[in-house]
Amino acid sequence: MKARLRVRRVYKWQGEPLRFDRKLKNFEYGSLIISVEGLPRRNIINTGHCILIEGEDEDNPYVAKVIKLFGDEGGMQKKAIVQWFVRASEVPVSKLPLLGRKPHPQEIFYYQGRGCNEEVNAESILRPVQVKQLDGPAAFPDSSDKDTLYVKLSWDTKTFKMVDSALLSPSTPLCCPKACHPNSSPSSLPSGTPASRRVKQRALPTPDPAVIQQAASADHRHTEATTSPGKDGGLNAESLDSKIKLSASKCLGTKRKNASARTPGVRKRLELHSPEKKSLPFKDALSQLLDEEFESEVELAQKLSTSPPQLLHPTYNLTPRGKMHTTPANSDSISLKPSLVIMNKLSVYDMDIESQTRAVSSLTEVDSESSLVPLAAPKPRTSKRKSAQLVSSRIKKQLNLLDEQQNLDSDTEDEQEFVPSNKALSSSSDDDEMIHGDESVQVKKGRRCTAGTLVPRSKKNLSTTRTCRKTPNKKGAANTSHTPRLGTPTIPSRLIPARHPVNILEVARTRLHVSSVPESLPCREQEFQDIYSFVETKIIDGTGGCMYISGVPGTGKTATVHEVIRCLRNAANMNEIPSFHFIEINGMKMTDPHQAYVQILEKLTGQKATADHAASLLEKRFTNPAPRIETTVLLVDELDLLWTRKQNVMYNLFDWPTRRHSRLVVLTIANTMDLPERIMINRVASRLGLTRMSFQPYGFKQLQQIIMSRLNKVKAFEDDALQLVSRKVAALSGDARRCLDICRRATELCEHSATNTSTRRLVGMNHVMDALNEMFSSSFITAVKSASVQEQLFLRAVIAEFRRLGLEEATFQQVFIQHQALCRVEGLQSISVSEVLAVCQRLGACRLLLLETSRLGVLQRIRLNISQDDILYALKSD
Amino acid sequence: MSKRKAKGASKPIGECISQLQKCLRERLCHNRIPSQLEASEAQHKHLLGLLQRTANNGESNSVLIIGPRGSGKTALLKCVLRDLLQEKEVQKNLLQVHLNGLLQTDDRIALKEITRQLNLENVVGDKVFGSFAENLVFLLEALKKGDRSTTRPVLFVLDEFDLFAHHKNQTLLYNLLDVSQSAQAPVAVVGLTCRLDVLELLEKRVKSRFSHRQIHLLSTLSFTQYLEQVASQLSLPDDFPDREFALDWNSSMRRFCEDKSVEGILQRHFNSSKDFCSLHMLLMLCLSRISTVNPTIKPADILEASRLCFSDAKSNMLHGLSILELCLVIAMKHLNDVYEGEPFNFQMVHNEFKKFLQRKSSSVYNFEQPVVMKAFEHLQQLELIRPVDGSSAKTQREYQLMNLALDSSQIIEALHKYPQCPTDIKQWGMSAFG
Repeated sequence: MKARLRVRRVYKWQGEPLRFDRKLKNFEYGSLIISVEGLPRRNIINTGHCILIEGEDEDNPYVAKVIKLFGDEGGMQKKAIVQWFVRASEVPVSKLPLLGRKPHPQEIFYYQGRGCNEEVNAESILRPVQVKQLDGPAAFPDSSDKDTLYVKLSWDTKTFKMVDSALLSPSTPLCCPKACHPNSSPSSLPSGTPASRRVKQRALPTPDPAVIQQAASADHRHTEATTSPGKDGGLNAESLDSKIKLSASKCLGTKRKNASARTPGVRKRLELHSPEKKSLPFKDALSQLLDEEFESEVELAQKLSTSPPQLLHPTYNLTPRGKMHTTPANSDSISLKPSLVIMNKLSVYDMDIESQTRAVSSLTEVDSESSLVPLAAPKPRTSKRKSAQLVSSRIKKQLNLLDEQQNLDSDTEDEQEFVPSNKALSSSSDDDEMIHGDESVQVKKGRRCTAGTLVPRSKKNLSTTRTCRKTPNKKGAANTSHTPRLGTPTIPSRLIPARHPVNILEVARTRLHVSSVPESLPCREQEFQDIYSFVETKIIDGTGGCMYISGVPGTGKTATVHEVIRCLRNAANMNEIPSFHFIEINGMKMTDPHQAYVQILEKLTGQKATADHAASLLEKRFTNPAPRIETTVLLVDELDLLWTRKQNVMYNLFDWPTRRHSRLVVLTIANTMDLPERIMINRVASRLGLTRMSFQPYGFKQLQQIIMSRLNKVKAFEDDALQLVSRKVAALSGDARRCLDICRRATELCEHSATNTSTRRLVGMNHVMDALNEMFSSSFITAVKSASVQEQLFLRAVIAEFRRLGLEEATFQQVFIQHQALCRVEGLQSISVSEVLAVCQRLGACRLLLLETSRLGVLQRIRLNISQDDILYALKSD
Repeated sequence: MSKRKAKGASKPIGECISQLQKCLRERLCHNRIPSQLEASEAQHKHLLGLLQRTANNGESNSVLIIGPRGSGKTALLKCVLRDLLQEKEVQKNLLQVHLNGLLQTDDRIALKEITRQLNLENVVGDKVFGSFAENLVFLLEALKKGDRSTTRPVLFVLDEFDLFAHHKNQTLLYNLLDVSQSAQAPVAVVGLTCRLDVLELLEKRVKSRFSHRQIHLLSTLSFTQYLEQVASQLSLPDDFPDREFALDWNSSMRRFCEDKSVEGILQRHFNSSKDFCSLHMLLMLCLSRISTVNPTIKPADILEASRLCFSDAKSNMLHGLSILELCLVIAMKHLNDVYEGEPFNFQMVHNEFKKFLQRKSSSVYNFEQPVVMKAFEHLQQLELIRPVDGSSAKTQREYQLMNLALDSSQIIEALHKYPQCPTDIKQWGMSAFG
């Protein structure tokens, strides 16, 4: 659909270029005309206008103010320099609490952050929008005007500040022609825009005082008015228009249906919203008629009163337009009568939306709707209550689960207050998408039916309420099978505070725990420097790139990257580099490689989606010339686990950074140095690039330094002891974790022994030796030593049989004969086969022997799991 | 018969006996945790200290308790937990999660179980909602939120730890151990396993995150200690209702343990296995023979019990065979002797059997081939013979190769004990060659 729109929209410069920049070789223009192919309507955008710019979220396009318009010599490229505004939904979820209140759905913030591309393609401009600046304490106006956005604060990626009013000087015309239409929503689907734009045009000629009141500046309107036809012509054009619109909207509607059939998933959300938006133009037309008939001040009030029924759209959105159009006289009654139903439906609708929506953006929308209703129609509140109670009681009847009570209560509360709570919203889950899908189809069907009957309105309303009432019941039932995923997963906090280390050994032990974050990372200075400069340059340049980091476990790969990020964050806070976004995923911490998409998306935007959908959203995000993305630094730990047969996850991860607009830096970590060559197919390995780094295992000096730096002058170890540990570990694996664990164990051993002689409190060689023995010595020999007589005898029988056969494998039957012979030699009573089998099984359970399945009985084959010498050594020393 | 006089003083003998049975059975069957573990004092101290530090200081730890079956791993852990929970501070703070590798056979189930036992927010009643991926993210999120000093410590007990290592990617182990090595909610991961080579099962990244603390429970029990253990297991406690009966019983048990034949039997058991499970089995069998008529354990009782314990399962099964089936088994034994364990088929066995019949010339055992075939199939159903691997149903049943899953000693033993075994068959079975 989007592609279609792009084709339809035509962008042209208006007038001659104002000036020519020789250096950059471009022409600067004063205004840009956007027209839609095949329609006479044009939008004119001047510098200083506020505009909507096409973004990833179709419901919430980007908002910006045009500062400069220019094109290159050949006229091929049209560009615009803009000042950005951010919506609340674009602010990182983690930073939203800084606001200290719930953002108004219509609220935007003046963007002062850096690292944002201020140059955009003019082709991405959708249409103008009105932006008003409000004073700090002023409340947000409660108007139904969805096309006005309000600026109160500015956002510089770290804090919210009051906007300097000079920034949005009143001299710059903030208003746009569209502002006179409170009904057209800024978040309408692009498909709906052509129609609404047409309506706009019609409205312009009427010098409506109400409109004038609403408009912040009249300048622009005048220019518009001059270009538009006269009033009479406007009336004529109107009927014409409406017909065209009818057919257009019809075909759009069918298109949409098809689309909905094709694309499940989040599309559905759009689907749900779309009906009301589609019907908007029609409502516009009605109010237009009214406006033009009376042309008085009173109209403003009337318009306000007509506005609530818009919320009713779901009821008759799919009715054939023609029918509705023939009864425009009804428009008066709409304002009051349906309001009874509104509540009902709204509550239902809210719940539907609740279940459907996942994105925050839609939440704000719902909010705005619901907040409007009580204002417009306070009278029918009781009836609404009843219906709400009815609904809730039905739900309750269906679900007698006590456990769900709380959950339900919150739901019913929502209905009564008309504010969907955050909790309930977040409770929707991907898993239940299917259910929702069915539901929405159901709802639609019901609506279609009511529309088809074309009964008088009152009846229609009744029937709709009925159908709608059914849905919440179903919804309720579905809700029980829901994840009651309440925002914050936590382990309860302890009732009694944790003790603090008292003596020096305990302090040392706390410091030596792997989890304690050291002040700095010693021995990884070079690696740190390399990674730091790599990421830093990428962030400063605003480009993307990949880096592959390898090294055996416990060599500080992840720790170093975290350290780098910490330093970069500090630098960003000091405004030395542009701010960036850090995301971490771990191959081990997901159930399936494709979950990587889900996790990245959630950490990036807070959205929840299925893997496939998340992949497409991310693809879109990183491919589209989204002008304002901060650089994203993505750390992929345990890369090898993201391997799939087609390797598409890895491919995507490495492909995104190469896209021009992605601004993505990917740091990958894995254990093996040659992972790209070993498991990746060529196109993946090629995209990963050659920026490699390998972390060598620590040497003994480095390990010693690490322990020393961790201990930080706490004298708990003898120097020799430290050296012994580090030498031993360096010789074995060079794993820092192992080293720290041994030291920790040694402090424990020291503590235990110190109870006898309390004078000595230093960890010495003997403690370290004990700890090393505990951790590294094989227990097989002690296990053989402590085995029972028959078990030892059986092991000897196995060895004897192996020697006889000259093989390393024998059947139980053969060993049994040896065993019997040995019994006789040892002077023990001969024991039965069952007994020897039991002995054999016990040895097998410890893995001293490797056995076949015990079903085979005497036929099972036996192997040794330790060397014969070890057994003989263990048996001899008795 | 001094006991009978003693009984007259206080309670009827029947009541005493039933009290005795109840007391000792509880001890032997319910696996009551002993008040103190003598053999594993050091291990107990180590584990207790470790868990105390987790509970009180919020220090994350991981440890493996390794020992053969029946060596008291679970007993040690239970003992430590009992001692640990006596501290009020710990009792209020510590959260416990118990998993068993035999029950939680994959990570999906294990995660649900963890979430359920921790009673996290996505638990409603007894059910855990959400997909596998969501549950994992949820749990990790929950653990990540916590920190060392403010969050309640969580104790994860993984019974049959080695089975968790077989889960896909070892995701659960990686994550648990990773939490234990990072500044998140304090956890203690305790694994119980009987596999000595369990560390080799861990993937290198998982292994690196494991702290390598291992507590080995290898019994160093000597026979005298074993005998003491038997005596203490059988003696009645001081708070037994009938004091005189208890004294009598205890002295008789002391005499019983000093008996040479009893000692011999116990020695044999000790030689076979040192764990207490088999000992408890033996003592239970003795205990169930006690009645008013027979109010104490006699050496004969333990002899009988030991015979039951050591009896060979397969040769017991041979006692229930028909004569024809027994003949077939004998024929197979001879074939095995002749061909040195090479597999045989039905025709060979039948021929061998017919040779025996020809020699005898008495046609008492002269059966039709289908009847013999049926007997042969019955032996296969009893798994006394097994088809050789790889020879599938393609071949005719008569020619399918079979192996005898019995040792010749078992057959000879069965022949001795077979009720009313015909002499000629017995002789045929005993003879070296068919």
